[in-house]
Amino acid sequence: MDQLFNRKYIIQGLFILIALILLGKLFYIQVVSDKYFLSANNNALRKLYIYPARGVIVDRKNRVLVQNQPVYDLMVTPNEVKPFDTLSLCAAVGIDMQTFRKSFKKAVTQSKFQPSIFVKFLSVETYATLQEKMVNYKGFFVQKRTIRTYPDSIAAQFLGYIKEATPAEIEKNEGYYSLGDYIGRSGVERTYEKFLRGEKGITHMLYDVHNVPKGPYADGKLDILAKSGQELYTTIDAKLQKLGEELLKNKVGSVVAIEPSTGEVLAFVSSPGYDPNIMVGRNTGNKLMELYEPQNNRPLFVRPLQGKYSPGSAFKPLSALIALSEGIVDPNTTFNCPGYYWAGNRQFKCEHVDGNISLRRGLARSCNTYFYQIFAKAITKNGMKKQRPTYDDWQKKVRKFGIGDTLGIDLPNERAYKLFTAEDYSKRPNKYWGYTSILSVGIGQGEISTTPLQMANIMAIIANRGYYIKPHVVKGIGKDKEIDSKYTVKHYVDIDAKHFEPVIDGMQDAVNTSWGTAIESRLPNTIMCGKTGTVQNNRGKNHSVFIGFAPRDNPKIAIAVIIENGGYGGAYAAPIASYMTEKYLTDSLTNRRIHGSTIQMYKDANLLPPPPKGTKPVKPKSKADSLKTDSLKTDSLKRNTNKPLKNSTLSTFNKQATEPKKNATAR
Amino acid sequence: MQQQGNRFFFNVDWITILLYMALCAIGFISIYATVYNPDNVGGFSFNANYGRQLIFIGTGLILGFSILLFDAKFFSVFAPVIYGITMLLLLLVLVVGRNVGGNQAWIAIGSFRLQPSEFAKFGTALLVARYISSFNVKLNTTKPILICAAIIILPMFLIMLQPDAGSTLVFLSFMFPLYREGLPGYLLTIFWGAVVLFILNLFLSPTVLILAIAIVGGLFIYNNRKRQQQIIRISIITILAIGYLFVAKFIFTNVLQKHQRDRIEVILGLKTDNKGTGYNVIQSKIAIGAGQVTGRGFLQGTQTKFGYVPAQSTDFIFSTVGEEWGFVGSFVVIGLYAFLLLRIVNLAERQRSAFSRVYGYCIACILFFHVFVNIGMAIGLMPVIGIPLPFISYGGSSLWSFTVLLFIFLKLDSNRMGFI
Repeated sequence: MDQLFNRKYIIQGLFILIALILLGKLFYIQVVSDKYFLSANNNALRKLYIYPARGVIVDRKNRVLVQNQPVYDLMVTPNEVKPFDTLSLCAAVGIDMQTFRKSFKKAVTQSKFQPSIFVKFLSVETYATLQEKMVNYKGFFVQKRTIRTYPDSIAAQFLGYIKEATPAEIEKNEGYYSLGDYIGRSGVERTYEKFLRGEKGITHMLYDVHNVPKGPYADGKLDILAKSGQELYTTIDAKLQKLGEELLKNKVGSVVAIEPSTGEVLAFVSSPGYDPNIMVGRNTGNKLMELYEPQNNRPLFVRPLQGKYSPGSAFKPLSALIALSEGIVDPNTTFNCPGYYWAGNRQFKCEHVDGNISLRRGLARSCNTYFYQIFAKAITKNGMKKQRPTYDDWQKKVRKFGIGDTLGIDLPNERAYKLFTAEDYSKRPNKYWGYTSILSVGIGQGEISTTPLQMANIMAIIANRGYYIKPHVVKGIGKDKEIDSKYTVKHYVDIDAKHFEPVIDGMQDAVNTSWGTAIESRLPNTIMCGKTGTVQNNRGKNHSVFIGFAPRDNPKIAIAVIIENGGYGGAYAAPIASYMTEKYLTDSLTNRRIHGSTIQMYKDANLLPPPPKGTKPVKPKSKADSLKTDSLKTDSLKRNTNKPLKNSTLSTFNKQATEPKKNATAR
Repeated sequence: MQQQGNRFFFNVDWITILLYMALCAIGFISIYATVYNPDNVGGFSFNANYGRQLIFIGTGLILGFSILLFDAKFFSVFAPVIYGITMLLLLLVLVVGRNVGGNQAWIAIGSFRLQPSEFAKFGTALLVARYISSFNVKLNTTKPILICAAIIILPMFLIMLQPDAGSTLVFLSFMFPLYREGLPGYLLTIFWGAVVLFILNLFLSPTVLILAIAIVGGLFIYNNRKRQQQIIRISIITILAIGYLFVAKFIFTNVLQKHQRDRIEVILGLKTDNKGTGYNVIQSKIAIGAGQVTGRGFLQGTQTKFGYVPAQSTDFIFSTVGEEWGFVGSFVVIGLYAFLLLRIVNLAERQRSAFSRVYGYCIACILFFHVFVNIGMAIGLMPVIGIPLPFISYGGSSLWSFTVLLFIFLKLDSNRMGFI
């Protein structure tokens, strides 16, 4: 063989060398490094979430408050679309060609291979007609979703709403939510989010390079089934709630009703409210912005939990209870009321001159002098020098009634307003204080503020003769009907039951005697006990307040009504409370007239404050507003047309309400 | 007749045929896995890629075995004619060819597309073998080298006009048979030296490179300081090398097209490009890496099945092997190729006729170039130049041309006792 024969080995050696180099690199990629393996899973494996149906919310009689309604979205996968009769599709879903082209272009820009939404929120009827023709529209399909619907459009602030979770919420709830998931943002939807939402299911799917699903991973062994949300049984009475919202239409205020024996909240009215249905559907964003406009009086503000009101005269029963339990007065102790009260060198006015007055009549007549007297006695019982520690003891007793702190209701954003301690008073610029400087607290004005819920709770305590159960809005969750044990514990206020009867006597008289201040609350066949309050309002007309419970024995309902700018307690709050109570106790409304006014007239009354200056004029296109302005006009018209009824005192009350008293008075 | 038949079959190298069939089978399985869709497991379809590949394999075998029926002399005698026909086809494709993906490389015949550049390989191999085996041709003299170069450069030039850089570069593999037949080693050294300098030129700054060349040249001169002739020669080479740097730079920036520059830069790591040119390589590496040691298993590969790797069943078919069969599968495939190549070289060396030997080396080196570059680009060692993996990649033209290439050699080998 020639010398060139050796070159064979060089060439063969080259072959082997290259093979080894290839194998070496392959060994690194496949065996040594796991970087590529992980990237492969990132490429193709996706977790898909299956969303369970959100829990239904029902009222105390299993009437549906919130449910899920199927809506249908028309979806399109652009690359699968074949030529078809576009006009017939447009007609079927009710869009024009221009919208059609725009939507299609949008879908194509999003992805050619992935389905995207073409038309949102098709109704069931549209869906039904469309379904028959779907075979003609290749590349289109209909996807079912559920949205929240509110059949009666009531209890918006109570139920709350759901919105897409924010990045902060996603972070806080470690891993459950992802972008685009809905989360309860307020109300019951928020408190009971964990039960209502159910549990998302997970399927592991493989996707190809165009993001088209290609089937389950590992035959679905790792998949998790979705769990539906649990049904929520609330304590609300839908009919009562509805009546409350009707009565408070065009007024700013709240109604809170509690079942005293259980602490269950029966009605939770915050006015002005809004239709909860606007929180779902196409134009949510615009409608929500509308709610924030100043002339709408903050519908998203949950007044029963957040409204800050001095209790006014409604505080008097509480004051009396403390005085009785401390033995400062007995039911027969009388004070002389000349129409005013002198504290040191200051004169405090009383609404009326009653002469010698005892507790029962003092409560019924809401005599300021009587309650100035007992407050002064309570603070000075240990001598003038020990007023401050004595006040501290006194305010601690007031706190037991749930004032000054949150009650712990199962709704978000409950507010607590400050009840001054002795120390707080001493911190004020004017360091020298005694009972004379804080005397207004004795009649529920000044440095004492409560929420409507707290006022209703005070009534529940009196109705229960000495204890309350934390107010709550949910009776049971899911099939087991479990409830948090903290909502079954009785909280005693440490006042003997025997001291309640004299106070209740006075409250009974306030409603059921000719000299009472709350005669507007009188019910035909039931003994209702109550107390009016006219809360001084520095910004405008006084607030009309009524708190009460019924029936006197074995009470079924405790109620607090606050109508802002409503004037005297008897003007609006008391009659509204009576209608509410009657409705709850008898499930009917007697056709009675209070000062000649029918229930319809209370419903129609408009007490909204004038829109603040400098706000934009109401846009004509926004329906909700135009309605409101319309009703404003019709309302004033109605009052004019109702002139034959002018002998009714309602108009007088209105007049009184429009002329706020300059002096701090309570009736 | 009986004796004739016996001779015909017993003389054929069955080991090579078995290796060939094993690689074809691996190709079919890989293509099947690439197309396989778990949602759509219809019956076997001859319209799907795997079905067509099965037809290609079947017709390829018929083609191969009919080549065995030819007289062995036919190929050496008609080598110039076959070469001429393939060159005409290369011209024809420039006129009537169909442009697919920027390359005018296909002639459509009915539903099949013929790729003349694939067939130009064996035409060229035959003519090179024929020329070198003729009397009085010694490859250490200038004239035969130039003639060989002309035979090889003509198809390269024609293919470059398509333009199909990958197929053009394949013809560089003829360098090795020529080397075996006596091409001076220094010519190869100069060529590869030029390639290395070209690459280094992209990495290093000109000053550094010129200094380095000057130092190396200086060292050589110092070593040979006693011999004046050598000093002059080395000086000239050094100066030429430095001049070459500028020419290379000029070629790179002005002659090469942008996508070619990008590919070279990406493969050298000068550019990172995850979406453009580099995307193919990254996805291919991910797929191969996902196979790990034993692979995901047949039909279980997610990357290859769901279209993450472009040109999945053709140029990047090796990623399917890598993902579904892992390192073990890759090892087997590379082992089979290595075995096949070494087998062909050994067969070539046992030939009595120079024609058969040269032709054997030609096909071994063509196959080697394809395997090295194809697998190399799938794992990021080589720039992405689209050339198929022999016997495994999807495609009729390439499979048939490799089959013809191989079976002509098997025919020549079976006839090694006779004279051509």
